[in-house]
Amino acid sequence: MTAAAELLDRLSTVRGIRGSVLVSAGDGLIVAESLMTGVDGRAVAALAASLVSRLRRATESAGRREPVFLQLHAAGGTVLAAPCGTELVLVAVAGPDANVGLARLEMLGVAGRLT
Amino acid sequence: MSDDIRGMTAELAADPDSLVFLELGEALRRRGQPDAAFKVARTGLTRYPELARAHDLCARILCDRGERDRAFDAWVKALELDPGLVSAHKGLGFLYYQAGDLASAERHLAYAGQADPGDAGTAAALERVRAGRQPVPPSAPGPVAASGPPASAPVAPVAPVPESEAGPEPLAATAGLPFSFEEASASPVQDAVFAGLDGGTDGLLLVDSAGLRLGGGLRNPEGADVADSVAALLAGVSKEAARTARLLGLGEWGGLAVECGDGNLFLSTPTESTLLLTVRGLDIPMARVARFAERASLAARDWLERNE
Repeated sequence: MTAAAELLDRLSTVRGIRGSVLVSAGDGLIVAESLMTGVDGRAVAALAASLVSRLRRATESAGRREPVFLQLHAAGGTVLAAPCGTELVLVAVAGPDANVGLARLEMLGVAGRLT
Repeated sequence: MSDDIRGMTAELAADPDSLVFLELGEALRRRGQPDAAFKVARTGLTRYPELARAHDLCARILCDRGERDRAFDAWVKALELDPGLVSAHKGLGFLYYQAGDLASAERHLAYAGQADPGDAGTAAALERVRAGRQPVPPSAPGPVAASGPPASAPVAPVAPVPESEAGPEPLAATAGLPFSFEEASASPVQDAVFAGLDGGTDGLLLVDSAGLRLGGGLRNPEGADVADSVAALLAGVSKEAARTARLLGLGEWGGLAVECGDGNLFLSTPTESTLLLTVRGLDIPMARVARFAERASLAARDWLERNE
């Protein structure tokens, strides 16, 4: 198992996390994954990478620094993403019962190690 | 072709309704391709004839091409649609100065300087105009705020017209501007939407689904007005957020929290057809930003209902 996969597995132990993927920011392809059954990793990767890319442009236009963490809240859960430098994005899908605060801390820690 | 231009061209081809034409046109203009830029701007203008920034883009390109009368008309139209559009004020100030109408130039440059106090080029131009000096023309009209510093925008060099030769005669199309300078500076809409909320004119930005500003305002950390350029990009962010939530089976999205290295941003949806961006510094925790955004959403919803 790669170091990245081990980090993702650890992240997936946080309550409510359904899975996590490490994504190539440029093309939205999966680099490593740890997913529960029923979570479409390729869709998560592609959609999250695209969203992060658009947000980078918006924050740049606002004169702000790069996004370091984002949470997309929806009725059925939350998508969490932490860019790891400019090349990679760490993404997690969480259910409505997730401990988002803990997941955020874990993700920022993982992102720091992967940057 | 740079990667940026290639990317924006592809984005526009995939979605002809995208407001990315504003950035693409400006990028082409800055690369010294005014004809290609004008084609992009004209096409965008046919889709968004009521978008002030599209007229502003056309004006800048026309100015580059030396078509100053047409540029003047385009900037006047831009100000009819958005009396507070700073770049159009700069552009008209520039043209009036070129024509020797220093009083009109001063009015527009004074507004631009007031709205964008950090723009040293405008301040210097205003000083020149007020002093009635001739040798140094004011800085060229700047690009949209997202695209770079206005002072560096290339505009076809035109020798300044000495007042003694040109006299006070304005350009042919300058007979009266169709807006009130004083009304423009009041920004009554910005004040009204978020009345009573902290950040009503900076840090709260209400946008429609087409990426057009409905109210509020936003400045970057240097103090420049970035509301319109950010508004244009938010429409794309919103569509991507909705698509992500839907395709991952999470249902409708309700909010997007973004932590940057120097601030916290929260994007919410007061109504189905509007977006609200709340921006605060890092000293305000994200959970509080989200709560504040809720209150601002309610205010925006009330304002929208009252004005329907």
